[in-house]
This record gives sequence, C-alpha cells and structure tokens, in this order.
Amino acid sequence: MASIDIQTVRKSFGAFPVLHGVDLTIQDGEFIVLVGPSGCGKSTLLRMIAGLEDVTSGDIQIDGKRVNDLAPKDRDIAMVFQSYALYPHMSVADNMSYSLRLRRSAKEKIASAVGGAAVKLGLEPLLERRPKALSGGQRQRVAMGRAIVRQPKAFLFDEPLSNLDARLREQMRAEIKKLHGDLRATSIYVTHDQIEAMTLADRIVAMHGGIVQQVGSPLELYDRPANLFVAGFIGSPGMNFFEGRYLVSGDHADMRLPSGTTLPIRKRDGLESGSAATLGIRPEHVILADTGALEAAVDLIEPTGFGIIMHVTVHGIPMKIFTQDRRMLTPGPAVRVDLPQNRLHLFNGEGKRVD
Amino acid sequence: MRSKPILTVLHRLAILAYVVFALFPLFWLLKVSVTPNDLLYSEGVRMWPSRTTFEHYSFVIAHSAFPTFFKNSLIVAGSTAVTVTILASLAGYALSRFNFRAKYWIVALMLITQMFPLVMLVAPIFKMLSPLGLTNSLPGLVLVYTAFNVPFATFLMQSFFDGIPKDLEEAAMIDGATQFVAFRQIILPLTLPGIAATLGFVFTAAWSELLFALMLISGNDASTFPVGLLTFVSKFSVDFGQMMAAGVLALIPACLFFLLIQRYLVQGLTAGAVKG
Repeated sequence: MASIDIQTVRKSFGAFPVLHGVDLTIQDGEFIVLVGPSGCGKSTLLRMIAGLEDVTSGDIQIDGKRVNDLAPKDRDIAMVFQSYALYPHMSVADNMSYSLRLRRSAKEKIASAVGGAAVKLGLEPLLERRPKALSGGQRQRVAMGRAIVRQPKAFLFDEPLSNLDARLREQMRAEIKKLHGDLRATSIYVTHDQIEAMTLADRIVAMHGGIVQQVGSPLELYDRPANLFVAGFIGSPGMNFFEGRYLVSGDHADMRLPSGTTLPIRKRDGLESGSAATLGIRPEHVILADTGALEAAVDLIEPTGFGIIMHVTVHGIPMKIFTQDRRMLTPGPAVRVDLPQNRLHLFNGEGKRVD
Repeated sequence: MRSKPILTVLHRLAILAYVVFALFPLFWLLKVSVTPNDLLYSEGVRMWPSRTTFEHYSFVIAHSAFPTFFKNSLIVAGSTAVTVTILASLAGYALSRFNFRAKYWIVALMLITQMFPLVMLVAPIFKMLSPLGLTNSLPGLVLVYTAFNVPFATFLMQSFFDGIPKDLEEAAMIDGATQFVAFRQIILPLTLPGIAATLGFVFTAAWSELLFALMLISGNDASTFPVGLLTFVSKFSVDFGQMMAAGVLALIPACLFFLLIQRYLVQGLTAGAVKG
C-alpha cells in the first residue's frame, strides 16, 4: 500500500488543455473518488496515475517515488476498467492469475492468491469459465479479482459500475466498500455518479473543466459546497438556485430577486452590499408550510416511493422540493413554502461560497 | 417475431440460385476433366458424359511438368501468405494503435499503390528485378507479390485490430506486460480470425496470379501453375481434358487451406455479433 502525491499536474492533448494543474495528496489506505461530469478530466487524471497517458507537466509520486517516466507495468498498481477488459480467450482463473504469471510467481503462490480472491468474491464455481459465459455482475467481480490477487500499491477504478443495471450497481457498490474495509488499500475511484461518490469516498475530489473544484469528505461537500458547480453537482435532486442582489441594511441582509421579492438571509462578511449573488437551497431543505412566506405554483409531481419530488415555480423561478409528506401527491394548484435561513447557501458573483 | 414461411422459402431459393450460379463453372471444370477426349466434341452439350475417365489426371501427374508447377506455386503462395500476414499484422497494429508523424502520408501512399493497373508496372519491375537476378526465380515472385499484397492486407488487419478494445492491452500493461507482450499474448490470439482471413486472401491471390508470373518467369523450372496451365495450349489445339484436370488438382490446396482456416473465419464473422 502506498500514498500518492500529485503535484501541479497538467495535461494537454495537442494544443487542447484538459487538466489545468491538479494538486492532490492521497494518504495510504484512503478511498478517493474523482467525480465530475463527462469531459472534466477525471478519467485522464486516473489514466495518468496508471501510466496510460503521459504527463504534460508536473509530477506524480507513488510511495514517494516519481513515476512520470515509469511504464504502467513498473508502477505496481491495479486497475478496474468500465468495460472490465477481461481477456476473452482466457478462463476466469487465468484472467485473475495473468499478472502473477507475467511475474513468474511460484505455482503454489498463484493458486493460493487466485483461490483467496475467488473466495472473497464468490467466484469459486466460475473459475474454469470464459468471460463470455458470465453475467455482467460476475464479469465485474472477475475484474476486481484480477486487481486484488496481486496486492498492488493502489487500486484504480475507472467507472467500474457504469455498465451494470441499477440493482446490481447498488450491490457491487456495497461490495467494493466492504472490500476496501477489509484490504484498506489506497484506492482512486472515478465516477460521474454522485451517489457512488458520496457512499464510497473517504474524500471526494469534485472536478469540472480540468480544475479541481473542491476536495473534502462527502458530507463537507454536501453541507458546505465551495462553489456553484459543487453545489449543483452533489445531491439529487440538485440544489435550487436563485440569482439576485445581496443587500445589507444594518444588522441583517436580504436577497432581492429579479421579480422584486426580497428574502431575508443571514448577513455575510465577505460580500459587499449591492453585489450580484446566488442563493442556493437543497430541495429536501425547503419547508412546506401553510404559513410559508413564498407562494409556489405546482407544475409537476414525481413520486419516487421514498418521497415526492415537486416541481414548482416561485416568482417565475423554477424550483424543486423534496418531501415525504404523502398529502403532497395531490397538492392543489399552489403551495406555500419557507426557505429556512440556516439551510441557505450563498455564492458570490464568481460562484464562490460566502460564509 | 416469427418470419413468414413463404419469405423463408424465397430466401433459401435465392441463396440456392446464387450458389448454383457461382459453382456451375467449377462443376463444368470437373465434368470436362473426366470426359474422354473422343466424347468431348461428339456428345453435344450434356450435364455429364456417358463414360468417364481419369486418364487426363494420370497423364497430368505422370507425364507433364505439372508437379513442378504445383510445387512452385505452393512455395510462392505459401511464402507470400506468411510473409504478408506477418508484415501486415505488425503494420496494421501500428496503424490501429500508435500515433506517429507521417501516419497520414504513409496510409495515403499505401492507398496510392493500389490505384495503378498492374500492367503499367510490369516493365519497370522487370527492369528492377533483372539486374538483381530476381527474374526467373521464385524469391523474385514472392517479393513482388508481397509488395503488392501488403497494403490491402494491412488495412484488413488494421480493421480487425480496431475491433479489439484498447482496454484489453491497457489492462495487460497494468498487469505487468510490455506493449509487445500484450500484443503477442492478448491481442494476437484474438485476431486469429483476422489472421486466417488475411492468410486465405493472400494465399489465393498469389496462387492464381498470372500476369507477373508470366512476365517474370520463363522456362518450366520456375513456372507457377497458372503459367503452367498455358502449356496445355499449343499452336494448333487446346488439350481441354488435361487442362481441366490440372485445374481441378490446383483447386485442392486452396480448398484444404480454407478447410483448415474456416473455423477461424466463421468465428471472425460472428465475433462482433455479441457485445461484451
């Protein structure tokens, strides 16, 4: 196991920059999730750590050793691909033992390593099968088995669950977490699924446009998103935003929306009165109350079973509300809502969080 | 969805008609090869002669230079097929996986070589090979055939390599293989259908090539079988029976070859059918 140190790493494809200087230190045994929309550079960063892409500038160190110029095979890392990348002409056992056979490990050692991994992943009855004869979930498991037989310095996961159906994804997510609990192996996991990021990560690295937006524990990102991107990306359904002006009068402050409505908010120090700002609130934090300050026209009701997602319009601005109140399945044309002050997030004109 | 039986019948009939149409010349070849000379012109057009004989075969094998032609063809077609397939696999892999300077121009150049009618090139090639002592020799023919078949075979192999996900080599490289080991142990076994197709294609092309064999080779010792067939045409007559018998015999290696590789060919045709 090892720590991984990424120092101002940049990457361009030709003249096109993809990563604009990423700094990240990953502790030994930590589970890091790189999350962001497609094209944000998260997979490229992972592939650079694996050695599958060249580093344009900056340094990557594994266990204190600079690996920029090392071939993938000399980095002692294992990777699980989205497509699983199982060798179709080899049995499950041969797939799992390939790395050990390349290293000319002793036969007994290979057998015990493959056997151990097979027990851990419930693959024992499948060892003689070809990948073709396996279901998606089983293939996924073999891909993980191939990674763990070797006991590498770090595990890299490139959207490993994206090809599975929802139920299986949920199950494998839990298995990966359990596996990490057992092995305590340094892991870097790339996904665009914020649920996977939230549930698996020790720390999440939220990326957008080749720039790291925020690094922190899942709840830090949920409770105190550093900017508008993270606020909008983490959480489902996504956060509601209201653009407007931040106005201070004496001890308290207001947000004035374009419609002229003013919402009272806590006064912030880092923001000048009169400047443009964005207010955010998560759908699950909006309070439905007959005495609510705002009137919201109901556009659409989406029951999820677990709760209800209400699409409403408040003063011309679309907004989502999440509630578990079943009476809201038939809410009538309008409801009244409150935006509790302690749940409001404020972002300045550049989209940065202001506390 | 169940298909209608009438459509199935029509479909099968169409296939049958095509197969009959395509194979009829082969049948005629066989028929003439077993027809005795005296019946060849006297019976009119018949589907099968009233009396059959194998005398043409025994003559061709025992009394003509055909066994030499046959051996020469086998050497030329075999070496060409193997050489081209090795070169085309390596080149196709490079074109499929690597980005290098002038890649575009190399591909364009390879395409250009395919644009000229071969007849145009006979004279210059003869002029080039002659001082090297490569005319009238089998290695000379192998060289020319290899040069002409590599571009197409390379594109063929490239398309097979393109069909294999890059993830597989990357996984192998992370598992501890060099790029070449990944190519040899992971990618190559998966391209066996492609290799079989390329081998088969080049083998038959070289086996039946006439123009260069005719122009570069003189004398029976280094003649290949298509040139040899012409020896059955003399000034005043054509010995159809013997010619056809030689033709049938010449089909045998090609048939054997395809029997050998058909397992991989069929696999190749269906490999892309199932995702995963």
